[in-house]
Amino acid sequence: MNAAVPSLFRRIAVMLALPVALIATWWFASADSQNFYFPPLRTILQTFSKLWFSSQATQNVVPSLVRFSIGYLAAGLLGIAIGIPVGASRNLRNVLEPVLEFLRAVPPPVLVPVLILFTGLGNEMKALVIVFGCIWPVLLNTVAGVRALDEVLAEVVRSYRIRPFARFWHFILPGASPQIFTGLRQSLSIGLILMVVSEMYAAKDGIGFALVQYQRTFAIPEMWSGIIVLGIIGIGLSLIFRAFEAWILGWYHGLRQSQRAS
Amino acid sequence: MSAPTTDVRARISARTIVWLQGLAGLAGFAALLEIVPRSGLVSPLYLPPFSTIVVALYKEMMSAEFWTALSDTLEAWAIGLVISVVAGVVVGIAIGSSQALRALTHSTIEFLRPIPSVALIPLAVLLFGSQIQSTLILVVYASFWQVLIQVLYGVQDVDPVARETARSYGLGTWAQIRYVIWPTALPYLMTGIRLAAAVALILAITSEVAIDTQGLGKEIADTESGGAVAAMYAYVIVAGIIGVIVNLGARALERRVLSWHPSMRLDSAGARA
Repeated sequence: MNAAVPSLFRRIAVMLALPVALIATWWFASADSQNFYFPPLRTILQTFSKLWFSSQATQNVVPSLVRFSIGYLAAGLLGIAIGIPVGASRNLRNVLEPVLEFLRAVPPPVLVPVLILFTGLGNEMKALVIVFGCIWPVLLNTVAGVRALDEVLAEVVRSYRIRPFARFWHFILPGASPQIFTGLRQSLSIGLILMVVSEMYAAKDGIGFALVQYQRTFAIPEMWSGIIVLGIIGIGLSLIFRAFEAWILGWYHGLRQSQRAS
Repeated sequence: MSAPTTDVRARISARTIVWLQGLAGLAGFAALLEIVPRSGLVSPLYLPPFSTIVVALYKEMMSAEFWTALSDTLEAWAIGLVISVVAGVVVGIAIGSSQALRALTHSTIEFLRPIPSVALIPLAVLLFGSQIQSTLILVVYASFWQVLIQVLYGVQDVDPVARETARSYGLGTWAQIRYVIWPTALPYLMTGIRLAAAVALILAITSEVAIDTQGLGKEIADTESGGAVAAMYAYVIVAGIIGVIVNLGARALERRVLSWHPSMRLDSAGARA
């Protein structure tokens, strides 16, 4: 292999080679497919553009994404807000940790039937399910992050009598943020699962609802196009998350890199 | 690093206090679950008192249905986890040991990984209905990536000097994998298994709730729609206990398998305190 930095062209070629090959294989292998469950990729893509560039998008994609965003953001804020005091107090942590570990260990999809009891089948249920499922990784990672704050820095902050808000904003939050982001990342995929499951279980709209409808009516190309939409949403959310993380945690990654280099 | 006996005693009593505090937390949580419905803050129709749930749990545990559901869930979880771990290790070592393969597959892995495995639910239902294979598709798709990514990190972490040494001593491919790559990648693999074990349980229960495959999740959905609210909460608690056992078990396995590893030895010697 050439030791020199590969040219941009070559890098792009390496990046795209396998995906292109895979899609091409799918395209040609399925071209004259008579199999009912695996229609030709061409049919799927035609359905896709017909279906998801129309009212389908606003009818089913938007409600899903709204519920997901509300639930996920609320879980993130709550998790950080509760996690910081719990992480800062040793006694509080000792008392609450087993309870929190238990709540975290409950597989979140079981909350779908539970919360239906409380809130019925509306939007509140779906947003609440996402909040309940996503909060624990954020909370527990915030606790761990606050607990592992640099002790020398904590002493300095204390002896300079930095005021509570400044201490929170300039010391605790940035210090714990790498761990908080670990929690937020874990929650992202859980939130997505819950969004879909709650819509499959009981809903009037949403991507999960649409997918189940297609599957039950044996609308196979439509179903495949729905699977692709979910995949695109998953990839898109993870890209947005990564950009956000790079923006907020840029200082941290730079620090780590310079530490490793020295 | 021989600590004086008083120090050891102090540490033991400190640990007892932490234990007691945790126990108090759990007792407080149970008491809260008892008081909130009894005081009428939340209707007991939606959240029965804790004692009622415990009685319902006892009743369920006397039925054969409970144990079949439990073993169905555990079976799907275990089979799915084993498949993903084996596949993740084999694929990870194969891709990870070749620079070219790693570069070629990177973008594809990054694309496939964030696709939520629940997207495959309709396909799984069409192909397998509510049989165990449906659950396995979801479980394996979700946990395979956790293992694969960690193994890739691990293989990449191999000390170049060790690799070159092994090569110049004429170690064959298998010997290199066994004595150079495997010990380096093992801590990463254990992290991957720990993450995959938790994810696999989530997806096993998801499939039971969403597509009615046999297991605890289906019991929860059935008891909810049948109005047996206390029994539903009993199953939720059981699901949570299984989750705790899976987490603790994975951590214990990690400690045991890696007892030789510096990170664990440091920990057990109490050097972090």
